[in-house]
Amino acid sequence: MNYWPLLGVAVIVIGFALRFNAVPVVVAAALVSGLLGGLSLPALLALLGKSFVSSRMLLLFVLTLPAIGLLERAGLREHAQRWMARMQNLTLARLLIGYLLLRQLLATVGLTGVAGPAQTVRPLLAPMGEAAAQKILPSLDQADREELRAIAAATDNVGRFFGEDVFIALGAVLLIQGFYTQHGIELSPLAIALWALPTAIAAFAIQSVRVWLYQRRLQRRAAAPRIDEAG
Amino acid sequence: MLRIEYAYWLIAAFLLYTGARNLRERHGWHAAFWLVLGLLFGAGDFILKQSAAGHALPSQVAGGGVIVLALLAPRLHRKPHPENSSAEQRLQSAIRLGHRLFVPALLIPLVTLLVALFGSWLVIDGYALFAAPQMTLTGLGLACAVALFAASRVARTPMHEGVAEGRRLLDAIGWAALLPLLLAALGQVFTRSGVGTAIAAIATAFLPTGNATAALLAFALGMVLFTVIMGNAFAAFPVMMAGIGLPLLIRQHGADPAILGSMGMLCGYCGTLVTPMAADFNLVPAALLELRNPYGVIRAQAWSALWIFISTVLLMWLLVFR
Repeated sequence: MNYWPLLGVAVIVIGFALRFNAVPVVVAAALVSGLLGGLSLPALLALLGKSFVSSRMLLLFVLTLPAIGLLERAGLREHAQRWMARMQNLTLARLLIGYLLLRQLLATVGLTGVAGPAQTVRPLLAPMGEAAAQKILPSLDQADREELRAIAAATDNVGRFFGEDVFIALGAVLLIQGFYTQHGIELSPLAIALWALPTAIAAFAIQSVRVWLYQRRLQRRAAAPRIDEAG
Repeated sequence: MLRIEYAYWLIAAFLLYTGARNLRERHGWHAAFWLVLGLLFGAGDFILKQSAAGHALPSQVAGGGVIVLALLAPRLHRKPHPENSSAEQRLQSAIRLGHRLFVPALLIPLVTLLVALFGSWLVIDGYALFAAPQMTLTGLGLACAVALFAASRVARTPMHEGVAEGRRLLDAIGWAALLPLLLAALGQVFTRSGVGTAIAAIATAFLPTGNATAALLAFALGMVLFTVIMGNAFAAFPVMMAGIGLPLLIRQHGADPAILGSMGMLCGYCGTLVTPMAADFNLVPAALLELRNPYGVIRAQAWSALWIFISTVLLMWLLVFR
């Protein structure tokens, strides 16, 4: 057994821990692992180039930027915030939990590309969330806004991840089934997908509770402004 | 027929435009970075076709391009461009346009959804309008073009100004946009050079084999750890399954394969939520939302990941050996 390629993992861990620029760290790790794993330099370059262009779909989100940039210049975020401020019944928790449910249901039927950080979180969910939080705590500062945007992105991720496994024709379920078939165990995709449901429900409950707790924290800070200043 | 390649060419054009604008503004390093990336995107199909035909040279050149990008990335400063519009102007425009602003923004998910649902039925004279592979993503590409057109109509602004705004946002995201592709390539290199098998060998060497619960815990934690390292639960699954899941839990302790497979994969997903290696879910959104802390999204979802992991392991422990 050749353990030397593991040094590539060490490069990643050290590079990320020391907060070096991640791009050269990742490429260096690939070079270290590949060369120590016995690949020749030309073969390694070809592998690197080929896998890079094979995953071009991961940059598809940049196509949303022109439309979103134009709309933001025309006041999309300001309008989303003003609209949220008028909606008395739509609290921060309801907004985020509603989005979580929608995202999870869409992922459950295989529609993961419909929403996402570029498609829905930046132009819609994040500014609406900020406005909803501002209704609770008018003195929202920059750090709070950033935390709120991060929570919106986290809600998007949780909804997507723990919905997509329930869909029978998507990567994860087919990968599991394929692995078992290779090793002589026959399972239907439905049998596998069904067992993702308990975790999907747990994930929804957990994320909802965390969103609700965050909202309560904001409410408490709004109720006790002096403690907030001291802290 | 609309194919996903058209979307890649559109991205290439956008990247080259970003590079050209930077060149004109004499930001040499930025220009070089986006131009090299744009060339890689434009030449992607050619590279893959040549590689499939057995010619390695184009993919080797592309690999060299990736290394050039890695050398250029530290030179890019993430200086957000000043916004081209004042807050007052935006507010006035928001009041004037009102809900009409939502229409183009909602068109992005809506058109994607319609293509995903009905794209395969759109056949004109025997020619399918959308190619079957990656139809949802092709739909997303189309949706972005439709949304840009609609946005320029609603805001009564020419489309090229939208592209200029998009370039401003892309420059603000900077090299973080590249990470998902690089990490996907790294995953391939890890697999090919045997990192996975080496970790599995270490894991099995120290593993308690007699106790079913201990083995289950090692399997679940191994899925998380391996996903954190590889950035992808799909890479972790076959390794942990072949190392622990199949020989110990299923064959020796009689675990239910459907439950073990499904919930084991979900344990891996909890790892995806906390690793910077899953850049497209964790680092790119942080850059896109202009967070100062690149790990801000990971911080926001770490506790959710922990609780979801604990509940999944508990469920697995209760259900899998019945």
